[in-house]
Amino acid sequence: MIEIKNIHKSFDGNSIIKGISTSFEKGKTNLIIGQSGSGKTVLLKCLLGLHNPDSGEIIYDGVSNLKMTESEKTLLRRQMGMVFQGSALFDSMSVIENVMFPLDMLTDYNEEEIRDKAKKAIERVELTKAIEKLPSEISGGMQKRVAIARAIVMNPKYLFCDEPNSGLDPKTAIVIDKLIQEITREFNITTIVNSHDMNSVVEIGEKIVFLVSGVKNWEGTNKEILKTDNKSVTDFVYSSELLKKVKNHL
Amino acid sequence: MFYLSDIGRYFIMIKMSFFKPSKWKIQRKLIFKEINDLIIESIPIVAILSFFIGGVVAIQTALNLSSPFLSKSLIGFATRQSVILEFAPTFMSIIMAGKVGSYITSSIGTMRVTEQIDALEVMGINPLNYLVFPKIIALLFYPFVITVAMFIAIFGGFVAMSFAGVPSEAFISGIQMDFEPFHVSYAYIKTILFAFILATVPSYHGYYMKGGALEVGKASTLSFVWTSIIIIIVNFIITQLLLS
Repeated sequence: MIEIKNIHKSFDGNSIIKGISTSFEKGKTNLIIGQSGSGKTVLLKCLLGLHNPDSGEIIYDGVSNLKMTESEKTLLRRQMGMVFQGSALFDSMSVIENVMFPLDMLTDYNEEEIRDKAKKAIERVELTKAIEKLPSEISGGMQKRVAIARAIVMNPKYLFCDEPNSGLDPKTAIVIDKLIQEITREFNITTIVNSHDMNSVVEIGEKIVFLVSGVKNWEGTNKEILKTDNKSVTDFVYSSELLKKVKNHL
Repeated sequence: MFYLSDIGRYFIMIKMSFFKPSKWKIQRKLIFKEINDLIIESIPIVAILSFFIGGVVAIQTALNLSSPFLSKSLIGFATRQSVILEFAPTFMSIIMAGKVGSYITSSIGTMRVTEQIDALEVMGINPLNYLVFPKIIALLFYPFVITVAMFIAIFGGFVAMSFAGVPSEAFISGIQMDFEPFHVSYAYIKTILFAFILATVPSYHGYYMKGGALEVGKASTLSFVWTSIIIIIVNFIITQLLLS
């Protein structure tokens, strides 16, 4: 579980995150949603430790970031898995080498154990046939699967996904969303997904935090979001003509 | 102020690249890869350029020593001096700023744009140690490239003079004339400094670049410009200190 208390973050005097407090639950798929520029990515990077908040506190399973030493922060990062928007796979490495990479770099397992663990992670994302291929030789959806395999191979306590289905067709996007949800339950990890895709919200949003201009505007579940009267949320959720028609039938 | 903060960040980058080292098994693999990419793969272009430029240096020297009172061996002497003192270490380093420097900036810059550097950070790996340190170590072998350049350039001068009808004995005795070993030391001191500049300045431009694919190209150009300028300035300072 991750709790955040009154987080603020600004760049060059421009305030991006303005006092957000919320919690992200273990074993659930937590979504941060909002329009482009609402501060989703900055908040995610604060949670990952890539940005230091100007003020406020982030509590990872009862341990505050304010009380952590640099080495404790490094150890914490090793308990985090991240799926980047563009997958961020290493171009010169094959699928299995990409998945083996964190184990190779950060653990003392021997070559055989590392390969076995990587193979298991690849099997979990159903990508066994592409094991020796380079990232440039596989589709966007498959690259996302490799990124998920790389993120879970270290058995993380926290999984972060930055717009994991951007650039994917709706069917593949749902497959990736479902895979993230299944892995969250199976490994009982705290998953935080940054998204502005309404399909993801409805499919996997067990807890949703809605941001507007760096402020938490609303939070709830995927069932509640469809029924809320909050105007900012409804404007965002029902922004397309198709969804407006769906709303009329709800 | 802008340049001052850049200079500060450059030195912090160098310091950070020695911290939190990766495992030796990984480091060794990365260093060998960089030696192949930065040193071995540079040999062919260095050899071709050195041969022809050595030839041109000899021809131009011969053109300026047309007086019958001057010994033909001076052509060999002047070619050797030009190649060892300036052409091989400095001129070749500027060419390498284009080849190796652009490669370093674009490869690190592309990793920045595609979030691969963020991925390393999230894993708790020091990206500067992973990306920059092996390049610094690999370029410790750069004097080998310059040695190749020296030999091939002088050989290029010898071949050019053979075609021009200059007796080969005269050229060879010119090469051996008034040899000053310190000039070679001076050339290698410069080379080591240029190697460090070649590894770190392009890395800095790649690592701290912002933007997308277009900016990777711009960063590569900027990296070449700055690496060349710094090499020329350092060359001047070192020459003042060691030879003036």
